[in-house]
Amino acid sequence: MTLFALRRLVLAIPLLIGITFISFMVIQLAPGGPFDYLRGEESAQDSKLVERLNKEYGLDQPIYIQYWRWLTRIARLDFGRSFQPDAKPVLTKIGERLPITLFINLIQMIIIVALAIPIGVASATRQYSLFDKITTVFVFIGFATPDFWLALLLMILFGVQLDWLPISGLRSLNYEYMSFWRQQADFVSHLILPVTVVAFGGLAGLSRYMRQSMLEVVRQDYVQTARAKGLPEPVVIGKHALRNALLPVVTILGLSLPGLIGGSVIIESIFAIPGMGQLMVQSVFSRDYPVIMGNLVIVATLTLLANLFADLAYGLVDPRIRFSGRRGRRR
Amino acid sequence: MPTAPRARRGELGQFWRTFRRNQLACAGAVVVGALVVIAILAPALAPWDPNKPDMKRILEAPSSKHWLGTDQIGRDVLSRLLYGSRISLAVGFVSVGIATLIGVLLGAGAGYHGGVVDGGIMRLVDLMLVFPRFFLLLAVLAFLKPSIWTIMAVIGMTGWMGVTRLVRAEFLALREREFVIWSESIGAGALRVIFKHILPNALAPVLVASTLAVGDVILIEAGLSFLGLGIRPPTPSWGAMILDARSTLFTAPWTGAFPGLAIVITVVAVNLVGESLRDALDPRRL
Repeated sequence: MTLFALRRLVLAIPLLIGITFISFMVIQLAPGGPFDYLRGEESAQDSKLVERLNKEYGLDQPIYIQYWRWLTRIARLDFGRSFQPDAKPVLTKIGERLPITLFINLIQMIIIVALAIPIGVASATRQYSLFDKITTVFVFIGFATPDFWLALLLMILFGVQLDWLPISGLRSLNYEYMSFWRQQADFVSHLILPVTVVAFGGLAGLSRYMRQSMLEVVRQDYVQTARAKGLPEPVVIGKHALRNALLPVVTILGLSLPGLIGGSVIIESIFAIPGMGQLMVQSVFSRDYPVIMGNLVIVATLTLLANLFADLAYGLVDPRIRFSGRRGRRR
Repeated sequence: MPTAPRARRGELGQFWRTFRRNQLACAGAVVVGALVVIAILAPALAPWDPNKPDMKRILEAPSSKHWLGTDQIGRDVLSRLLYGSRISLAVGFVSVGIATLIGVLLGAGAGYHGGVVDGGIMRLVDLMLVFPRFFLLLAVLAFLKPSIWTIMAVIGMTGWMGVTRLVRAEFLALREREFVIWSESIGAGALRVIFKHILPNALAPVLVASTLAVGDVILIEAGLSFLGLGIRPPTPSWGAMILDARSTLFTAPWTGAFPGLAIVITVVAVNLVGESLRDALDPRRL
């Protein structure tokens, strides 16, 4: 197991360097550099300003020197400062917002897993039943519904029409004057709509995957054997089949993480939640490119770590993986 | 000399029968077909000019004149919806086409050559997969001049990893087969073996994956346009229509409800076709 873990860790190092390389190259796509938009139609003053800024940020150097400088700085966790007037260090900005996004993603993940596994098992064991058909319809609609549209509809229904739930931010204006328990209730009520919307699509995906995985396992010989020796059906399903069907789900959860974090972009923008996604959209609109690069590096690194973690967890629960050194079924 | 096993008439008939037996698949195919016709004939079908504002007819409810009502500057919602199908379908098919092309080339190279080439390409796939696609798209679009071509290219270039893995896996399995070894032994060049003998036999799963990817891409384009980073106004795109309707959705629900429904119907139809293709091409999976 230690050897397996070490090999995984070593394999992650070139990926880490690759992440910085891609994040850097993305910015280089900007024709004329990140300050080019300041150049007015004819004004020489603007041109001078662009040149001065380029020099100030070392953008007049050759690309490989720029990359090397940037790389050595982020190796010391210095992501530079935001171009915004507040000129905060990028890492501070991300640090303020990352916990919120991670927290929402964690809650969403727990809800998805808690609902998708029973749904998937139930529709696999009763294949083609009414329940299976209804969940299949739900899955197809879940895959096809734009999250921003669903968010707007729910906001209008529950936020405006019924006036049950708050539709923006994470706290009410009078939050500070509330009692402790009122504060918690207020926070939860702010989370209900965004979490529902993000969980909707993920639930469709994972319950479909769970159903598929279960259907494949149920056909295996060892499940037939368990039945043949007269075990009651709940034991066959719950013990022999489910455990094996859950294995690939571990990997899928790790692999689905970038999608979940990516989904936070739209949801955080709509519900005005101050997380990573909203920061990304804001910095894209203001062309705050140190923040954009920092965002990309941090988000990709976190995904890498989550995948690594899923890999190790998989190796821990499925000894076959450790010895062959490869993951099993991967889509 | 054994030749590459091709789908013979009988197999094709079997495929067609399985596909047709599935009524949902037929419904999906009919809807997709209808959407393609609508997109092509949009100028002839649209009752009004989709971009012409009419300040005297702002936010009118659906009526016999404007079947789906008018939006916040008096444009006909139905006409904008019809034109919007062009954007969704064009971006969907072209982006997926780009992604599939890249994926097939890289996957074929990796699977056929193996060794260092394979290692390098697969590490690149792993690398691209740790970036949340939407973050990467936003970062790139922040600095590019927005146009439908940029959107297509950028979405295509961030979505080829799945196809690469699929094609590589097929190639690894097929390249040890007799018909491949035979054709190599009589001196067929690498390109000929790849494109003439292996690739045609590896295309079925690619077709399924690409069809399902079209739905994803339509949603991504809508999301980008909704954020204001995709198709720019006044060009009618379903995502941008929902963005415009944000403030009027409560008082005039038709401005935002119909574009959303259009997206849902389109993506469901495309996914139905994709899933049924999967069932028809690979009866092992249910």
